[in-house]
Amino acid sequence: MFPGPFTYSRPSSVSEAVSLLSGNPDAKIIAGGHSLIPAMKLRLALPSALVDLRDIDPLRGPEVSGESVTIRAMDTYNDIRGDTKIASALPILVEAINVIGDAQVRDHGTLVGALVHNDPAADLTAVALALGGEVHATGSNGDRSIPLDEFFVDLWTTTLEPDEVVTHVTLNRPSSTARTAYRKFAHPASGYAIVGIAAVIELDDDVVRTARVALTGATNTAIRLTSVENALAGKTISEESVDAAVSGMADGLTINGDRFAPEEYRTHLVEVLTKRALLGTQE
Amino acid sequence: MSDTEVIQKTRVSMTVNGESKSGEVEPRTLLVHFLRDNLGLTGTHVGCDTSQCGACVVNVNGKTTKACTMFAVQAEGAEIETIEGLAHDGVYHPVQEGFWEEHGLQCGYCTPGMIMSSISLLKRNPNPTEAEIRHELEGNICRCTGYQNIVKSVQYAAGKLREQSTS
Repeated sequence: MFPGPFTYSRPSSVSEAVSLLSGNPDAKIIAGGHSLIPAMKLRLALPSALVDLRDIDPLRGPEVSGESVTIRAMDTYNDIRGDTKIASALPILVEAINVIGDAQVRDHGTLVGALVHNDPAADLTAVALALGGEVHATGSNGDRSIPLDEFFVDLWTTTLEPDEVVTHVTLNRPSSTARTAYRKFAHPASGYAIVGIAAVIELDDDVVRTARVALTGATNTAIRLTSVENALAGKTISEESVDAAVSGMADGLTINGDRFAPEEYRTHLVEVLTKRALLGTQE
Repeated sequence: MSDTEVIQKTRVSMTVNGESKSGEVEPRTLLVHFLRDNLGLTGTHVGCDTSQCGACVVNVNGKTTKACTMFAVQAEGAEIETIEGLAHDGVYHPVQEGFWEEHGLQCGYCTPGMIMSSISLLKRNPNPTEAEIRHELEGNICRCTGYQNIVKSVQYAAGKLREQSTS
């Protein structure tokens, strides 16, 4: 199908982009476009105006510091994956990018775009939640920082205002002794996560001090698996402790069923993938 | 905005296979339709409406790109390479030669996209394993071959390109 009609602009600054959004509630930002354009072609999205960020150079250039990694709005997955400092600071990010979509998505798609679009089956939303950090946005009311734990609200919905542009995301760096893993059960054609689990475990020797475990693909928006996190605290990671943490985990969750995976099967996948991710942190 | 409103057409210009090209498009005109309908370069194919099949893969400013998942206006000023730009003076590009020698096609519909994806794959990784070839071609779907000869074609091309770079 052809997308609906829209006007197209390429602002040269973030403030120009914000004005264009404030002037038109049906305007949308386009960065990599690899979630938005497929939605527009099916007319699931019908923006009347597209605001392209590609000419805004300050929106490029990831940075690594001792505590965090900054990813900017126009940094593509391959920009991120190709940066050796990021690869050593956040191996879970590279692990997820390696299995995202396909080669073309990796050359054009952006991490910031994935977080803002908040597809229920995106990979990076779970990885971002497992790492923790902040989303930095600029709107007509100025700049603000939103903790990732508060950012994802519902299907394709975040706490962003319609006139806000996310300029960058800061992701917390796990400590050098942390163990991390991302495990995914992918749809064979689209590459989306039927279920995806991201785990970031901080250890004192072998004992879990804190665990951040996030789920994507199974619920309306990516979520932290708090019952699993709590069950692991103070334990060592083993087949037994993981089995115990996973048993009963589905009770508190509203798992979605659809044509890719009915509810019962997807619930089973959630349990299997959670075990694989947790045991995967030990590899 | 109602569907009956007409959006002003705009002129886009870009370099395609080394030549300057331009044309009139609506902002919503996909790059694949600009290449096929405005420029007559019908080697790039449309095989789906979900960005999954990869029959439309081209190269835009060095990035492997599904031409159905980009608007022509986004490619203003870009350098585009399509399947038509590969052979020179009747001599196949090594990847084209690989698909010929190893029978990497049957109906040929996925082939332009397969070849363009393979070229990008080999630029990024000149010595790929079979698993790496299959992973990097996940964005290209083939209904005829079962992928086996496509993998062999890429392996042939990888060898030929390595040979060329050391000669």
